[in-house]
Amino acid sequence: MHELSICQSLIKQVETIAQERKAQCVTLIVVGMGSLSGVDAQLLQNAYVIASAGTVAEKAELIIEHLPIRVKCNQCGSESDALPNKLVCKQCGDWQTTLLSGNELMLMSVELEKSQESAVVH
Amino acid sequence: MCDTCGCNITHGNESLIRPDGKLAKTESGKEAVTVLHSLLQENDHVAQHNRDHFDQHQVLAINLMSSPGAGKTALLEATIQQLDDNIKVAVIEGDLETENDAERIRKLGVKAIQITTGSACHLDAHMIHQALHHLDLSAFDIVFIENVGNLVCPASFDLGQHHNVVLLSVPEGDDKPAKYPVMFRAADLVLISKSDLLPVLYDFKVDTAKKYLRDIASNSSVIEISSKDKSGMPSWLDWINQQIEKRKAYLKTFRQVGSPNLMHGHHHIYNKTSVK
Repeated sequence: MHELSICQSLIKQVETIAQERKAQCVTLIVVGMGSLSGVDAQLLQNAYVIASAGTVAEKAELIIEHLPIRVKCNQCGSESDALPNKLVCKQCGDWQTTLLSGNELMLMSVELEKSQESAVVH
Repeated sequence: MCDTCGCNITHGNESLIRPDGKLAKTESGKEAVTVLHSLLQENDHVAQHNRDHFDQHQVLAINLMSSPGAGKTALLEATIQQLDDNIKVAVIEGDLETENDAERIRKLGVKAIQITTGSACHLDAHMIHQALHHLDLSAFDIVFIENVGNLVCPASFDLGQHHNVVLLSVPEGDDKPAKYPVMFRAADLVLISKSDLLPVLYDFKVDTAKKYLRDIASNSSVIEISSKDKSGMPSWLDWINQQIEKRKAYLKTFRQVGSPNLMHGHHHIYNKTSVK
């Protein structure tokens, strides 16, 4: 269950951003993820409840956006959708493809709520 | 992934992320901050740090991954016994509990550091960094990292290794690459271990395992190997020797070993008092 360690790393990053921008709390976190990242979206959601408790992100909503798997064929050059265990070219069937997307695991954006005071300062 | 800044934006996903893309929208009235950093950036940073340390001492680091019981420790024992005496080996062992594996390696007169992860299902770059504080890297040519037996979690964490070697043991079945694509995609070399069992477990087809590897676009080499009857060992040892030479040639060409540029300000102090 490596999702908990990954979630703790996520919270750390979010805390740093919130601190830098003097935010009162975090209201929304958007994570982009592909099936080949090796992380399960539901487990990440479950881990998030534990990892965020008592932090500035405690009440934030976590949105996990699924990014599709796309490959480019090294032989014929065409791009196609693919499955995690079937990354061959849909056009010519060759197995030598390059992954264009689908292995991402990234913090896309956060939405912050600022107190009146810090909003004025900023 | 974007190799320049590690931000993960690629030709395939940038339309989703850029302004006006569906992931860029946030509610009005609050401050939205676009980040676009890998969730593993802290681990990846430490992993690169570890790799720099290995490179500074011209040490090749190999991360061994597999299910529990696929024969990683047995392979290491056989490898240590058969490798050229001039090649100095150290081993970092990862397990949830016990020093058993490290003790098996130490019996062969080889330095072994045991990391017990407690409940963690994988090694991460920080744990390797800690272990490196107990290793005098200048005394070794190769460090094997035996990861926690698990075909899922270890695949997500860069440790600073130069190569990933994944073992697939014959009793596990030939369709493991299809079931665990993330792990097998990470492999630079796949070892089909316990190959002495192939005549008995005849439903394991090496060609089928290779086909599943091609299906996940892996161009990894495959070696059938047995730590018991030692078949396949020469190919494996050749592969190791080639990687040591390739790494040295790479460092000679692209980096001046020991130059300040290679490091970022500190050397690891070999802590003799806390070495097990």
